[in-house]
Amino acid sequence: MNPETKKTLVEPLVDQNPITLQILGICSALAVTTSVKTALLMSVALTVVTAFSSASISSVRHHIPGSIRIIVQMTIIASLVIVVDQLLKAFAYDTSKQLSVFVGLIITNCIVMGRAEAYAMKNGVKDSFIDGLGNGMGYSLILIIVAVFRELLGAGSLLGYKIFPLTTDGGWYQSNGMMLLPPSAFFIIGLLIWAVRTWKPEQNEEPDFKIHESHVHGSAEVH
Amino acid sequence: MFAPIQKILDLPNDSVKKTLAVAVALCLVCSVLVSGAAVVLKPMQDQNKALDKKKNILEIAGLMEEGKSIDELFSQIEPRVIDMTTGEYVTDVDPVTYDQRKASNDPKQNIQLKKENDIAGIKRRAKYTSVYLVKDGEKIKSIILPVHGYGLWSTLYGFLALKNDAKTVVGLGFYEHAETPGLGGEVDNPEWRKKWIGKQVYNDSGEVMIQVIKGSVNSGTPDAEYKVDGLSGATLTSRGVENMLHYWLGKQGYDKYLENIRKEGAK
Repeated sequence: MNPETKKTLVEPLVDQNPITLQILGICSALAVTTSVKTALLMSVALTVVTAFSSASISSVRHHIPGSIRIIVQMTIIASLVIVVDQLLKAFAYDTSKQLSVFVGLIITNCIVMGRAEAYAMKNGVKDSFIDGLGNGMGYSLILIIVAVFRELLGAGSLLGYKIFPLTTDGGWYQSNGMMLLPPSAFFIIGLLIWAVRTWKPEQNEEPDFKIHESHVHGSAEVH
Repeated sequence: MFAPIQKILDLPNDSVKKTLAVAVALCLVCSVLVSGAAVVLKPMQDQNKALDKKKNILEIAGLMEEGKSIDELFSQIEPRVIDMTTGEYVTDVDPVTYDQRKASNDPKQNIQLKKENDIAGIKRRAKYTSVYLVKDGEKIKSIILPVHGYGLWSTLYGFLALKNDAKTVVGLGFYEHAETPGLGGEVDNPEWRKKWIGKQVYNDSGEVMIQVIKGSVNSGTPDAEYKVDGLSGATLTSRGVENMLHYWLGKQGYDKYLENIRKEGAK
C-alpha cells in the first residue's frame, strides 16, 4: 500500500476522526450504542454505505451538475441504504429488527454526505472508496468504544454475555440505568474527545476570540 | 447508440439539458437497483418473516427449546380458523395458509368496526381469525390468539397465549411494531414479558379485568392478579396494549370462542 493511500485509510481513525474531531454523526452514535451487537452491525452498515457511496459518487463526479449536486449525492446514498436494509432483512433478520429505523437513518448521517461532498467530488474512485472505508471505520471505532461502556455499565454484559452479575439476579453489580439512556452517550463521547485531545493537543481548536486584558482592571485604578 | 449519450455527456455540466438528463438517468439507475434488490430478496425476507412469526408463537407459548428446529417444535401446534361472531371453528379455509392480516384488508373478507367499538384503533378486522392450539394428545394445553392494536406510533402485532382455563396468561408478546426503541419498544423486553405470565384476564363472572397500571404492582394489593406494571416513559404504548387486550378479549373479540372452550373444559 503506498503511503498516501495508507494515510487516507488510517487518518480518520484518530487524527481526523469523524466523531471526535469533526463532531459528525453524533445522533446515531447515541441511538444504537446501548448494546455492542447493534453498534457492530450499524458500524458495518455505515462503513459499507460510506465506502460504496463515495466510490459511486466519485465515478460520476465529472458529470454532476453543480445545481443538483446535493440531490444527486442523496439519491445515490439513499439507494445504497435501501439495498443494505433489504440485505439485512434477508440475511440478518433478528438484528435488522433491533436496528429498525436506524438503518434508514444512515441516509441522514452527516459522515456519509460529508465525505461525498468533501472528498469524493474531488478525488478518484479508488481513493474515495478508501476514504469512505477509513471514515466508516473511524466512526465504528468510537461507536464500539461507547457501546462497550454503555452495555457493560448499563446492563453488566458484553455482546449479551453476563460480565457483572446484576443485583436483580442476585449478583453484586447495581446496574447504571442512565447508561442505557441517550445522554450517557454524550458524556462518554465528551470524555473521549477530552482524552484524545489531551493525547494529541494539535487537535485543539484555536479559540474564536480572546478576552483582552487591557482596560478592565486598569480603569478602576485611574479613576 | 452511444453517440447521443456522448453528446449529452459533452455538454457543459450546468446546462439545463444536461442537468435534466443526469437527473433522469440517475433516477432510472437507482430505481432499478432498489427495486431489483427488493424483488430478488423478497422470498428470503418472507421466509424470515414466517419463521419469525412461528418463533414468536413458540416463545410466547413458552415452548422454545434449545437445539430443536423451529419447524420441529411448531409441529405440536395446531393452527385453526374460527369465526369470531359465533366462536365456532370454520372448515372452509385452510388454517395453514390462511393469512389473517391479508384478509383484514380485503373488503370481501373483513368487517368495518364502528368507532365506539373500536377501542384498539384497528378500524377493521377479518371475519375469520386464526388461533393456534397447543395440544397434548386430544386435550388442549393452551390457546394462542393473535392480537393487534394501535400503540403510540404504530400498530402492534402479537400473540396472547392463555392456559386451557381460557383466562390465565401463559405469555404475551409482539412480533411487529414500530414503537420508540427504549421506551415503547420495551414491550419486547423479556423482563416485561415475564410479568404477564400467570396473570388473569377475566374475573369469575367473565368480565375483562386485565389492566396495565402506572408504576409497579404491589403483589399484596387485592386484584394484583389482574394488574401488570406499565412501561415507564411509554404511557401511550402501555395504554394501547391494555386497549388491545380489552378489545380482543371482549364481546367484539374472542369472548364467545373462549367461553366455548371453558364450557368444553368443564364437560
